[in-house]
Amino acid sequence: MLKLQNIYKTFHVGTINERRALNDINLVLNDGDFVTVIGGNGAGKSTLQNVISGTINPDYGTIEINGVNITKLPEHKRAKYIGRVFQDPMLGTASDMWIEENLALAYRRGEKRSAFKWMIDNNNTAFFKSQLERLGLGLEDRMKTKVKLLSGGQRQALTLLMSTLKKPDLLMLDEHTAALDPKTASLVLSLTKEIIEKSNITTIMITHNMKDALNYGNRLIMMDQGKIIFDVSGEEKKKLKVEDLLLKFNQTKDAPSDAMLLSS
Amino acid sequence: MTIGSLLGAIGQGFIWGVMVLGIFITYKVLNVSDLTVDGSFATGGAVFAMTLLAGVDPTLCLLVAMAAGGVCGFVTGILHTKFKIPAILAGILTQLGLYSINLRILGDKANTSISQASTNITFIAKLFNLPHTRAGMILGIIVSLICILILYFLLGTEFGASIRATGNNEKMIRALGVNTDNIKLFGMVLSNMLIALSGALLVQMNKYADVGMGKGAIVYGLASIVIGEVFFRRFSNFGIKLLSSVFGCIVFFIIRAVVINLGLKANDMQLISAIIVVIALAMPIFKENMNIQKIGKLNSLNEMKQKSSVDLSLKEVLDKKISSEMGGGVDA
Repeated sequence: MLKLQNIYKTFHVGTINERRALNDINLVLNDGDFVTVIGGNGAGKSTLQNVISGTINPDYGTIEINGVNITKLPEHKRAKYIGRVFQDPMLGTASDMWIEENLALAYRRGEKRSAFKWMIDNNNTAFFKSQLERLGLGLEDRMKTKVKLLSGGQRQALTLLMSTLKKPDLLMLDEHTAALDPKTASLVLSLTKEIIEKSNITTIMITHNMKDALNYGNRLIMMDQGKIIFDVSGEEKKKLKVEDLLLKFNQTKDAPSDAMLLSS
Repeated sequence: MTIGSLLGAIGQGFIWGVMVLGIFITYKVLNVSDLTVDGSFATGGAVFAMTLLAGVDPTLCLLVAMAAGGVCGFVTGILHTKFKIPAILAGILTQLGLYSINLRILGDKANTSISQASTNITFIAKLFNLPHTRAGMILGIIVSLICILILYFLLGTEFGASIRATGNNEKMIRALGVNTDNIKLFGMVLSNMLIALSGALLVQMNKYADVGMGKGAIVYGLASIVIGEVFFRRFSNFGIKLLSSVFGCIVFFIIRAVVINLGLKANDMQLISAIIVVIALAMPIFKENMNIQKIGKLNSLNEMKQKSSVDLSLKEVLDKKISSEMGGGVDA
């Protein structure tokens, strides 16, 4: 369970560029929630994900995962609870290392890494192979291939597998299909759905694609100007259409309009 | 060149090769440029000489020198990871400071002779009844091979893999729960321990320690790594890569011996090694530029061809030129 309480984050405080990226965010994710997050540029989606993963610290507020307060934990210590997939397919894997080595690295996410134990443990090979088979990309026969020889889509699918190899308490997908072509993107998305549903992983998926936001997950959050302005789940979400979301988007644009900002 | 000077060069190559392994850890594995080298190399030599003259067992002196090198690496590591000073600047700062410290260690003298003291080399020389340089070579071989073995096994462990991953993709391995700052700190300490060990071995070989003995060491090291890569480019095995950098170092010192044999001074080697490194680092850019120029030439020829569509004879000539530019084979 993820619990965010009164999260505030302001960038460039005291300068002309001062911007409140997160403005009193309160959010509770239940176990097994698959939440899609949408919002325009600058809505605070990325800041939200950075605050949860620990790459930036909030100015105020608390973050809890399964009752543990992680607000002050550095990024690498939160890895114990959080699996992540980035937008850039190059960021999720170590390119100069084998597929098997990458999986072995991921398999010990958040655990101690011994200087007296070989990283390639033959007892795990069969397990890694069976996991790679789930991707259906033929990677199980290329365990000793360097990751840099894989395509962006293959790398992203591998990253997805790596982030869930050891079940995380929270999986964070940061526009993880945005850099892929439509066909590969839909493949990675269906893999995402399959893996999440099979292991019942609590997930936050940030996306720019409204269709994906509607088609996947059991809950949808829309953000604007650092606030959560729309939060639907269950049956209500299922009935939602792209037009409804567009309507919401347009409403938000009117609220503090450009004209108002310019006249002040 | 005589067999004697060749063997001498090879011996030097093995001894400096230990330092190259140290540079390999930071420059190649961790992907950070640590310029502490020039200072910590001399620190290792100075500490070794002074502890040896104080009557300490030579093998123990080597360990003390390594520890001193580790402290140098620790300082640079803290400057870089805790104070967020760019690695290059952090290394330069430590190196600069070390010059004063090394002078202090040497008792405010620029150099100290240990020619009377018994060392690991004199021990080997006596044991096998060998000349000094030959015994030095044997010691260099033993130590560099031990270092390669240790590094090979260390970097294959779970911990070692996180070191390699840190150099490869810091963001990724941090997301997998590794404190990359501590890894870098560890890498710099380990690297400078090997560098100091190499300096101590060189003091044994030369029978004196000099405050300027580390000058240009970083460039020698980079040149060695680059030369090694030229010979072993096809191999991706990690052990081979470690071996190749020591091999590169041996080649480097053979080149140096040849250069000196040709009548150049030993000090000219600084310039030559700088040039080797520059060429190696600039090579990809040269290749890229040549490709771009080729594209430009092809485009202008194609343009001329389109303009000259009326004149059939000129078109034919241009077609031939284009196909030859593209490497022949394609005939219009």
